[in-house]
Amino acid sequence: MKLAAKLAAQSGDTSLNAPEIEAQIRDAARYTRQHTIASIFRAESGHPGGSLSCADILATLFGAEMNVWPEGVSDFTRDRFVLSKGHACPALYGVAAYYGFCDKRAALSLRKLNSPYQGHPSVRDLPWVETSTGSLGQGFGVALGMALGLKMQKNSARVFALLGDGELQEGMVWETVMCAAHHKLDNLCAILDYNKMQSDALNADICGLEPMADKWNAFGWNVEEIDGHDIPEIIAALQRAQSAAGKPTVVIAHTIKGKGVSYMEGSPAWHGSVKFTREQAEAALADLGASPSEIEELLYV
Amino acid sequence: MSDNSAPTLIGSTGDSLREAFGKALSEIAPDYPNLVVLDADVAGGTGVHNFRKAHPDKFVQCGIAEQNMMAAAGGLAAVGMLPVVTGFAVFLTRAYEQARLSIAYAGRNAKIVASHPGLDVGPDGASAQAFEDLAAFRAIPGMTVISPADPVEMKLATRAVLDFNGPVYMRTGRSGAKRIFGEDHVFEIGKGQIVRHGKDVTLIGCGVEVARCLEAADLLQEEGINARVVNMATIKPIDAELLTRCARETGCIVTAEDHNVYGGLGSAVAEAIVQGQPCPIEYVGIKDRFGSSGEPDELAELYGITAPFIATAAKRAIQRKRELA
Repeated sequence: MKLAAKLAAQSGDTSLNAPEIEAQIRDAARYTRQHTIASIFRAESGHPGGSLSCADILATLFGAEMNVWPEGVSDFTRDRFVLSKGHACPALYGVAAYYGFCDKRAALSLRKLNSPYQGHPSVRDLPWVETSTGSLGQGFGVALGMALGLKMQKNSARVFALLGDGELQEGMVWETVMCAAHHKLDNLCAILDYNKMQSDALNADICGLEPMADKWNAFGWNVEEIDGHDIPEIIAALQRAQSAAGKPTVVIAHTIKGKGVSYMEGSPAWHGSVKFTREQAEAALADLGASPSEIEELLYV
Repeated sequence: MSDNSAPTLIGSTGDSLREAFGKALSEIAPDYPNLVVLDADVAGGTGVHNFRKAHPDKFVQCGIAEQNMMAAAGGLAAVGMLPVVTGFAVFLTRAYEQARLSIAYAGRNAKIVASHPGLDVGPDGASAQAFEDLAAFRAIPGMTVISPADPVEMKLATRAVLDFNGPVYMRTGRSGAKRIFGEDHVFEIGKGQIVRHGKDVTLIGCGVEVARCLEAADLLQEEGINARVVNMATIKPIDAELLTRCARETGCIVTAEDHNVYGGLGSAVAEAIVQGQPCPIEYVGIKDRFGSSGEPDELAELYGITAPFIATAAKRAIQRKRELA
């Protein structure tokens, strides 16, 4: 049973219909966003914009698609997830904490001395992280190696890599894109968090990326284009990826940078690394549906 | 259809280190069921064509894309494979950061084997001659760095590298290599070896320079100087115990490498010597310059890394030792 369904069942809801599972994923995404704000506030630095934009994708992937469970993080047959846009790790730590891969309070120690929750994910520190990332483009290449190695060993596990849009400006990404198509790695699924912004400005003003779908199509990938905040759409695209035999899939997920926090949405200023004031952090959590007592708990306790 | 037969190796007189590596890898492959060899369209030059022919199912063509190849090796190791990344030394430094993050920092058991190091590349010229690779890979935490001296040692080192648990960078070589060791040679990662006894000075080499150190010892003997020669095939971790002993017993050292004098064997030796038994050290290597075209021996002469230069350096080292006494 996938994690979201498992949690829904634990909370007494045994009907397990799509709406219940979707509600569970929505709750995971909500917590992921709150965790992102709280951990970055406590760290006094970090990247909120691109963490908030991928929260729905992560919540869906871990909750409804991947075959990976907290009690089986070293199972050989588990699906692998690589956060190639490693700076979005506050969201990864949040979603992992929600689904039980790590402790929620511990994961709030983001970026602190001696914390395993480094400013970019480290496989040395966290057993459920599949590889260390933070240098854009590399995680994707590592994911390709995993997909290749799993196929060579006739292991049917899948490999998912989440990429940022600015990351596609790294030349090595296109080495990986070519290599994956050449080797017909249909067990590899890239998900593009396409929020249209990068560190300093819009992609279009830094180094334009369009036409996005045409690029991937031309390189021989199966392309799925979706609203990256629409959970049923994410679920459907990830499932379609499984049936594209002989081709790797890219899910181009159109997202909004800073999604869920009104003053951040669509503003590259919140890419990071930023330091929140108390007022900003409290306003962000209020936007994300946290109650005053939850805000107190997340930020100050 | 691709031709998997061995190419004619231009400019090679004997069995080169790259060919010795490629043959050894093919031969021992059955002992390593998870072995996978990655290539960036230079298998004909790295000796890996031997492996491709013998074990096509364990050979992965990555195309001319070294960064992806290096990162992919990290991923292959992550799912239990034993990846060996192969390429020309200069192009593998292009994937340096991938080796750092996705292999070494991720704690992966992946191997990097580089052919075409230093002036040994010959006529391809400066752009293809890596003088920086030993220094660069030595600086990555936890990376073992090896440069075997002859085909016999290369074969032993290939097995040792696959048996070793952890990331390794190993240099092979392009030119026809001089045979130094007999079939009874023993290779151990982290251990240097005295290959010629002597008491006046220690000549320490790696790779193709070990043969030149032996030649230099002959030249010195003609002048009544008794030089010890050490094969230091492992540059990291360096054999500090042997170095201390040589410094104590001979009182001065010459290092010889087909690499920049900064950051490679000479630096590794000096770092250990100043912390152990300080003594005069002279460096033979490329003196912070770029290369050029020419045959390996011509270039070695032009850049001052042949036996006569080693012998001259030895005399300088001995002179300095006497001045200190």
